Amino acid sequence: MNLISFSAENIAKTFNRRKIFNDISFTMKEFNSLAITGRNGSGKSTLLKILAGVLSPTKGEMNLVIEGRVIKKEEYFVHLGLVSPYLQLYDEFTGWENLDFFRKVRGLDTADEYLAELLSRVNLSDRKNDFVRTYSSGMKQRLKYAFALIHRPVILLLDEPTSNLDDEGIATVYQIMEEQKKSGILIVATNDKEDITMCEYVIDLNIQTLKKGEK
Amino acid sequence: MKTGSSISATWTIFKKDMYSELRTRYALNALLMFVITTLSVILFSIGNENVSPELLAGVLWIIIFFSTMSGLSRTFVSEEERGTVMTLHLIARPLTVFFGKLLFNLILLGALNVFTVVLYLLLVTGFSVVNYPIFIITIILGTLGLGSGSTIIAAIIAKANTKGTLYPVLSFPILLPLLLTVINATKLSVEGVPLVDAIGEFQVLISYLIVLLAISYLLFEYIWKE
Ligand SMILES: Nc1ncnc2c1ncn2[C@@H]1O[C@H](COP(=O)(O)OP(=O)(O)OP(=O)(O)O)[C@@H](O)[C@H]1O
Ligand SMILES: [Mg+2]
Repeated sequence: MNLISFSAENIAKTFNRRKIFNDISFTMKEFNSLAITGRNGSGKSTLLKILAGVLSPTKGEMNLVIEGRVIKKEEYFVHLGLVSPYLQLYDEFTGWENLDFFRKVRGLDTADEYLAELLSRVNLSDRKNDFVRTYSSGMKQRLKYAFALIHRPVILLLDEPTSNLDDEGIATVYQIMEEQKKSGILIVATNDKEDITMCEYVIDLNIQTLKKGEK
Repeated sequence: MKTGSSISATWTIFKKDMYSELRTRYALNALLMFVITTLSVILFSIGNENVSPELLAGVLWIIIFFSTMSGLSRTFVSEEERGTVMTLHLIARPLTVFFGKLLFNLILLGALNVFTVVLYLLLVTGFSVVNYPIFIITIILGTLGLGSGSTIIAAIIAKANTKGTLYPVLSFPILLPLLLTVINATKLSVEGVPLVDAIGEFQVLISYLIVLLAISYLLFEYIWKE
């Protein structure tokens, strides 16, 4: 029996009559991973936002099934985590306050210990009581990982996962990606060779076909 | 379970906006400055003239209306400007966001209106209320109506490109019936008619509020979705 299935059928997006992409289709099952590649402006970020349910496609459908239950579009956020350059956390709050807010809005009964663990995982423990406005760009990127993982999502969507990160941060991200592949579905928008080799499937938006990765 | 968790999620959004407001003073400063400056200008221009209390009832609502316009649009515009709209999409249902913001706007506007009304009663000597129950009910219903109306309008204009100018333009026709009715009811409280004579006005205000909330409820998901 399939635990998780996430599929896209003929997804197309048009911005002001400019067609960005057409007919994107795929089906991902649990433990699958997908890399979305393509030149700048080919629509990687746009596709990821559509998959996350924060942007409507011009055409096409998505289908998310978890343990035999079809998940409605409005409920996607419960099961999915997104890290993206377009994501902004609250500047006027501290790292800890941000996570505390996300935990409460989501109605999670996550313990403080788990938040502390997430923060130490992304190496922000000693800055957790500083305002996000004072964070460096790499620190903000790290906090986004805590944001995306707080509810232990079934599907993890990463847009330019290693941008702004140092070597140690990149290693943490790769570890997170490996773990996601063991617990759910991983989808990454990237042009980084190393990111791509971590994924089983690749969609190249320049040619728009799904192919098995080199791995 | 779902309703219970949405109520606490709504409350969390409200609290976040409250703390955010206390830290950034995004809306509060604009609101207070507006009330204080307009009130001073009005006091200067009245001088020693004898202005009818009926006219002063209208002036009070002009202050309240425009200060609402200057401040409350911030609730959605600030999320849009800072790019945190996507963050909200990723953590909460649309209606949770809407009701959290609505609650915040109502509390903010309520506090502001208490401040404005008290100041107005103290400083504008020509304005004296005879029937206080009518006056207080009018202020409460007016605050609820203005707060609800401006919340949904703020959500609409946050998506538009011409945020600043569009707000009063769009608000005016939507809020006009409300404004006319509260001005009328305030006049009644100044004239000192018995409470029953103002029931008609109250019914209009309550119906207006219900219609506004129902429309917001149906419309918000479409507005919120990109
Ligand atoms: N809100 C928008 N309105 C109009 N056009 C948009 C909008 N967002 C994106 N686009 C256009 O859609 C196209 C795809 O953008 P997108 O950001 O998805 O590309 P990308 O593949 O992620 O690029 P990059 O490699 O630079 O990150 C671009 O041509 C961009 O100009
Ligand atoms: Mg991109």
